[in-house]
Amino acid sequence: MSKPISWLPGGLLLGAAFLLAVALVKPIGVSTQFVIADAMVWDLVSPDVITTDPDSKSGYASSNAYLNKSGGKYAKNAANPLNYSFVFVIAMAAGAFLSSRLGGDRPAGHEVHMPEVWQDRFGADPTKRAVASVLAGFIVLYGARLAGGCTSGHMMSGMMQTSVSGYLFALGLFATAIPLAIILYRKV
Amino acid sequence: MSIVLAVVIGLVFGFALNRVGATNPNLIINMLRLRDLHLMKTILFAIGFSSLVLFLGMAVGVLDAGHLSIKASSLGVVLGGALLGIGFAIAGYCPGTGLAAGATGRRDAWWFVGGGLLGAFAFMLSYPAIKATGVLTDVLGGKSTLAQTGTEYTALVTTVPGPVVAGGLAILFMGLATILPQRLR
Repeated sequence: MSKPISWLPGGLLLGAAFLLAVALVKPIGVSTQFVIADAMVWDLVSPDVITTDPDSKSGYASSNAYLNKSGGKYAKNAANPLNYSFVFVIAMAAGAFLSSRLGGDRPAGHEVHMPEVWQDRFGADPTKRAVASVLAGFIVLYGARLAGGCTSGHMMSGMMQTSVSGYLFALGLFATAIPLAIILYRKV
Repeated sequence: MSIVLAVVIGLVFGFALNRVGATNPNLIINMLRLRDLHLMKTILFAIGFSSLVLFLGMAVGVLDAGHLSIKASSLGVVLGGALLGIGFAIAGYCPGTGLAAGATGRRDAWWFVGGGLLGAFAFMLSYPAIKATGVLTDVLGGKSTLAQTGTEYTALVTTVPGPVVAGGLAILFMGLATILPQRLR
């Protein structure tokens, strides 16, 4: 595990990524693409979920109300995987992979299965960590969709633009995350 | 062209997330425990710095305000943020860093992403019921900002020029990033 770069150059680097996105295309966001990925699989299994519809704004419609909202915007993106937002998220994963193989943070040994802070508190059982991770992932993405965005879209991109919703999101997020992390990972 | 930009900007973002340590759940969890504020200082500085350049760039006309995208405020934003915070504290991952961490080889992040796909699917199915509760109704002007952006978005502060409001907030964030200690507990 290599040490992260310190907060000042790190903040400049991370800030530059958010700036680059808004300067060239649009603000960064990730969590919508979990919906798009789901919709791709769903449409593969039952092809009538997403249909073309000349009357909708996007040209696509869905039997699912969420995919159908905003003129079928999500339905369209799920039907066309090579769209900006989806490719962006795949490239983000690729960027993290490359960085980790070029001297960045890369898990080794037991860290592959769980972070040290978890192991210190809850033991080394990978199954226990896996179950907790599935549950946490479920809550995080359900929450992100309820909020209409996640840490990148709402908090970082949002607060960069002085968006009121970004502040509301951060308020909700830290109101539960800080007390829970303190209690959950306390020394026993 | 847009696909090339998606690849380039995505690579830069993923690279940055990994280099600042955001793909390491130890650093996320210890930030939330207030034991190691490295990531909080990094994030605060990133928000302040990017906001300052964005609003100055828009003011002098080198950045296109048409690229802004403001999300609507609702009770759902606060509630969703609070839910997300629960999973964030347990796992040490958010949607973006979970995917990025999975790519670096963290297997618990793969499970997190799997759970995330299920959670997103559950929301897709429950969306009509959630909408019927009214929590997704706009509050505080819906798609609103604090600073004036010169776009269709409503600004809450109209007596002071946008770059001054955003610049003030940016300095606040960067100042906070600077003065926060490495740990509070």
